[in-house]
Amino acid sequence: MSVKGKAYLAGVYEHPIRKADGKSLAQLHAEVALGALRDAGLTKDDVDGYFCAGDVSGWEGPGTGPFSIIDYMGLRLRYLDTTESWGSAYVVHVMHAVEAIAAGKCSVALVTLAGRPRAMGANTGTSVTQKGLDASEAQFELPYGPNVINLYAMSAMRHMHQYGTTSEQLAWIKVAASHHAQHNPHALLRDVVTVEDVLASPMIADPLHRLDCCVITDGGGALIIVSPEVARTLNKPLVTLRGSGYAPKHTMGGDIDVTYSGAVWSGPRAFEEAGVTPADIKYASIYDSFTITVLITLEDLGFCAKGEGGRFVQDGNLISGVGRLPFNTDGGGLCNNHPSNRGGMTKVIEAVRQLRGEAHPAVQVKNCDLALVHGTGGALPTRHGSATLILERE
Amino acid sequence: MTDAVRAIPGPKPDPETQAYWDAANAGRLLVRSCNGCGRTHHYPRSICPFCFSEDTQWNEASGEGTIYSFSVMRRANPPYALAFVTLAEGPTMMTNIVDCDLDALRIGQKVRVTFQQTDTGYRTPVFTPL
Repeated sequence: MSVKGKAYLAGVYEHPIRKADGKSLAQLHAEVALGALRDAGLTKDDVDGYFCAGDVSGWEGPGTGPFSIIDYMGLRLRYLDTTESWGSAYVVHVMHAVEAIAAGKCSVALVTLAGRPRAMGANTGTSVTQKGLDASEAQFELPYGPNVINLYAMSAMRHMHQYGTTSEQLAWIKVAASHHAQHNPHALLRDVVTVEDVLASPMIADPLHRLDCCVITDGGGALIIVSPEVARTLNKPLVTLRGSGYAPKHTMGGDIDVTYSGAVWSGPRAFEEAGVTPADIKYASIYDSFTITVLITLEDLGFCAKGEGGRFVQDGNLISGVGRLPFNTDGGGLCNNHPSNRGGMTKVIEAVRQLRGEAHPAVQVKNCDLALVHGTGGALPTRHGSATLILERE
Repeated sequence: MTDAVRAIPGPKPDPETQAYWDAANAGRLLVRSCNGCGRTHHYPRSICPFCFSEDTQWNEASGEGTIYSFSVMRRANPPYALAFVTLAEGPTMMTNIVDCDLDALRIGQKVRVTFQQTDTGYRTPVFTPL
């Protein structure tokens, strides 16, 4: 059964800020909520469902998580969902909001993401993670110095060994993102880069260079998802969820294979529900924490065969107007924005812009009526949640 | 190479894993095996993650393995090699490769367990090329 037509993405907003020294975390949540409500043509009083992840009030901050933020915004709700799935949470929230609306639990759902890691001086990428110290697996991992970069690097290293993937091919993913980011005035990195630039950037964790890594930014974004009855009262293009899938992957009791992600399960479910194939997709928002994340995800979703990702992404095949599969036309996490180290929100927002025809004219995909969004939350070689959406403009 | 030494955050054993860390301090690598399905898993659990049998037990591993993947953290001082090593007994575990030329590491390389002191007093299993 498809949820197509059961709910519509009526409002999206990406905060233009990239460093939020002068703003509080709750303030950022409220600002993005206001932006998305204005985009939809609704007000706070219309919101009766709220969706957020576990970091909503900040990992270190005082307060009671979602309730602190709901209190700040003065929301009066009849539905609340606080699903945590790290960077893919906001992709999952679209699924959950649509399902809640279809079940009659709410009619105007607000999803928010906000964070200020730069303002807090976070050294996110290269420091060893200290979250989850009491988790069962922590004692078997943290002594070895895993961080987000060297973990993903082990996926890249193995993929290269197993399939002959090269650093040049990975670099093409960053090159494509930079071609798109040059047109985004809010992008953190707007300079077009070459394969040679990526390879000449400092090695962080073999084989990932600095330019294989996403940016760290403050800010956030918000979505408004509404019932068909509400959508009919708004003057917005009708963007609906046609199919979705969600699957976690973990260390499988030590039966570890770091060359694939949970997208091998979430993708087929989404395509089956939507009744379409990868060849039908006009635009793809692919979570791009690192270049390798994109390459493995594209294989797992079936845009090319396993092991063929390197050949698929090279020579500009992901550049809008040039290649077969335009991706991350806002510049993605690699160049534009990765607010609070969680990129799922901006992936949904750019897909909606494309489906509305509201992307920058230089990167707008012609007749873009079917788009895919994929989020990867967590660490690819250990534990992560994979979420796939197929969105359609009716 | 540099003279800097990487501070190693030590494990915090729990009742389920105390025997593993006590053995490591005695220079032995333990793995957890299941009498229900016959498979060995990692990290060790009381209940088998494959068949959910409660009939699991400790076995001493041979200490031999193969590098499945690795990455040298170049931005650290000193650089260090994070790795996944596939044990002769089957499961693949996260670890470090130590006492080696970091530039000469390769996937498929044979390695043997050794033990490294941490800041909680426990020694943790790491590997070195044969």
